Amino acid sequence: MWKFTLRRILIMIPQLFVLSVLVFFVAKAMPGDALTGLIQNNPNLSPQMIAEQRERMGLNDPAMVQYARWVGNLFHGDLGISYVHKVDVTYLIGSRLANTFYLGVAILILTYIISIPLGILSGRYQNSLLDKTITGYTYLSFATPLFIFALVVVFVFGFQLGWFPTSGSVDAGVQPGTWDYFMNRLHHLLLPAFAGAFVSTTATIQYLRNEVIDTRLKDFVKTARSKGVPESKVYSRHILRNSLLPIAAFLGYDLTAVLAGNLFIESIFGYPGLGQLFLQSITQRDFSVVTALVMISGLLALIGTLLSDIILSWVDPRIRIS
Amino acid sequence: MNTEPVLQIKGLTVSFRIRDQYYPAVDQLDLTINKNEVLAIVGESGCGKSALALSLTRLHDSKNTRIEGELLFKGQDLNKLSPGQMNKIRGSEIGMIFQDPLTALNPLMTIGRQIEENLDYHTSLSKKEKTKLIYELLEHVNIVNPQRVYEQYPHELSGGMRQRVMIAIAIACRPSLIIADEPTTALDVTIQSQILDLLKQLQSETEAGIVLITHDLGVVAEMADRVVVMYAGEVVEIASVYELFNNPLHPYTRSLLASMPAANAEQDQLHVIQGRVPSLQNIPRGTCRFSERIPWIPQTAHAEQPTLNEVGTEHWVRCTCYQHFHFEDEGKEHVLDGIAGAK
Repeated sequence: MWKFTLRRILIMIPQLFVLSVLVFFVAKAMPGDALTGLIQNNPNLSPQMIAEQRERMGLNDPAMVQYARWVGNLFHGDLGISYVHKVDVTYLIGSRLANTFYLGVAILILTYIISIPLGILSGRYQNSLLDKTITGYTYLSFATPLFIFALVVVFVFGFQLGWFPTSGSVDAGVQPGTWDYFMNRLHHLLLPAFAGAFVSTTATIQYLRNEVIDTRLKDFVKTARSKGVPESKVYSRHILRNSLLPIAAFLGYDLTAVLAGNLFIESIFGYPGLGQLFLQSITQRDFSVVTALVMISGLLALIGTLLSDIILSWVDPRIRIS
Repeated sequence: MNTEPVLQIKGLTVSFRIRDQYYPAVDQLDLTINKNEVLAIVGESGCGKSALALSLTRLHDSKNTRIEGELLFKGQDLNKLSPGQMNKIRGSEIGMIFQDPLTALNPLMTIGRQIEENLDYHTSLSKKEKTKLIYELLEHVNIVNPQRVYEQYPHELSGGMRQRVMIAIAIACRPSLIIADEPTTALDVTIQSQILDLLKQLQSETEAGIVLITHDLGVVAEMADRVVVMYAGEVVEIASVYELFNNPLHPYTRSLLASMPAANAEQDQLHVIQGRVPSLQNIPRGTCRFSERIPWIPQTAHAEQPTLNEVGTEHWVRCTCYQHFHFEDEGKEHVLDGIAGAK
């Protein structure tokens, strides 16, 4: 087990190297840099000053040199300084990480709370009215583009009905650490979390439904019935556990995706998380933030696969890692 | 021989729904299974033998299956029991063994747990007693290291071992009836005979009745006391195993025997039965169902609405066509020579 994990972590090193090269040069290939755009058109700045600044920041060095400097700093945990916000990227990300984490966890929990029972019911009572309703819901949520759905949700529940705040993660002036503060955060969180879950439940429901339908017909289920096991136990003990295997396989990705941020949801709900930061940084050519965020989500994806393998080996004896 | 009946089947009809119509896969079947008897049910794929086996414990999907008739078991009609009452009988009074041991065990549960589950619902033993009993059961089915196998998962065992585990599950509560649905089909030949020996041995110890579903006449010859030949949902011949192999009468039985490879046969080609088993919707009902596969026999030889006729002691044959039957490529005078296995 430890050997396996260690080996997998070692394999990550070349993967991360390739990723870093790609990220760096693709980001470099974006037209313009931090000194184009608004700054360039500022009449108070002469073109010489900008050129000097470029030289000072090392933006004129050959790409290879810039890359080496960047990677060297990465090893020290130094992700660089944001050109736009003028603070350490690590600080910037740290300040947004908590928000993203809360939103991610909320979406994840809601997704599983909604989709596991629905998937099981849908599979168990296949072709019933209930099943058709649930399947109809999954088609609807699958066909709805997230950004349109999120906009509608903001419009209806935020602006029209006024039940939920339309942006931010907490109101100004609420004392951190108090119960009100917690409730206030939760209030801000609910709408984006539901919007995210509405879409992410689709895959889980359909996977689970198909698995239950498949597993129901397996021979070992017949064996269980032939032992005189009551129908409810046949489901809970035999069918359910076998049907949840593929869901467990995705859990690793889901867990790490919690930290990667949700681009659409955060942008539309004006929720200050990593996804929103990422989008802003791209439009503002905040090079160091973009590369840092892509590197982090790449690392998370790799850890996600490892986690998935470990989780699967816990729940399925056939692929136990020795 | 003791002929106390364990299960009496009366007018059993098992119909499956195809779209909105029910089609009987087992049609008006009467049969008695006695204590301490191995009753073999043979026939081609699709003749209704598995449908029959599953209906005995009502394991079919109830939404698409209709079971009519009586299943008299120990004085009660199984077909009238509630699902809860049926569950009390499944696994305790009637044990089942299925065809493919590779898929018949839950891959996520230890062997010990899977046997224990049976005991959970039918005994009031303590955890310790159950474990002890499971060790004994595993030993009983000739598993060498019960303590180890108890902790193992199905994928860690060979096919033969898994079938032994299945048998251990089936006999855990000492059932008076064991239904074995093609128990050796998925195993290789050497393992097959071990499993059959084991079944035989267990039967003689427990005096249970065994319903053995198979398409392998070799297995029948080795195991059975009595044989039921099924075709297209009907019984076409019932006889003792000795009688059946020495004096097969129904054209279908004779064709089956003729298509069995015999080690000492001089012929180099096996007999092939023309045509195929009709699909559920296309079974010719009300006439001799086998007639369309022996078209060289004149229609007048068949009875209308053929019934089972008693032709000897405990020997029953359906329809009258057996009196006029001969194989297509031989003259009538060679009828008896046509049976490769019987000579």
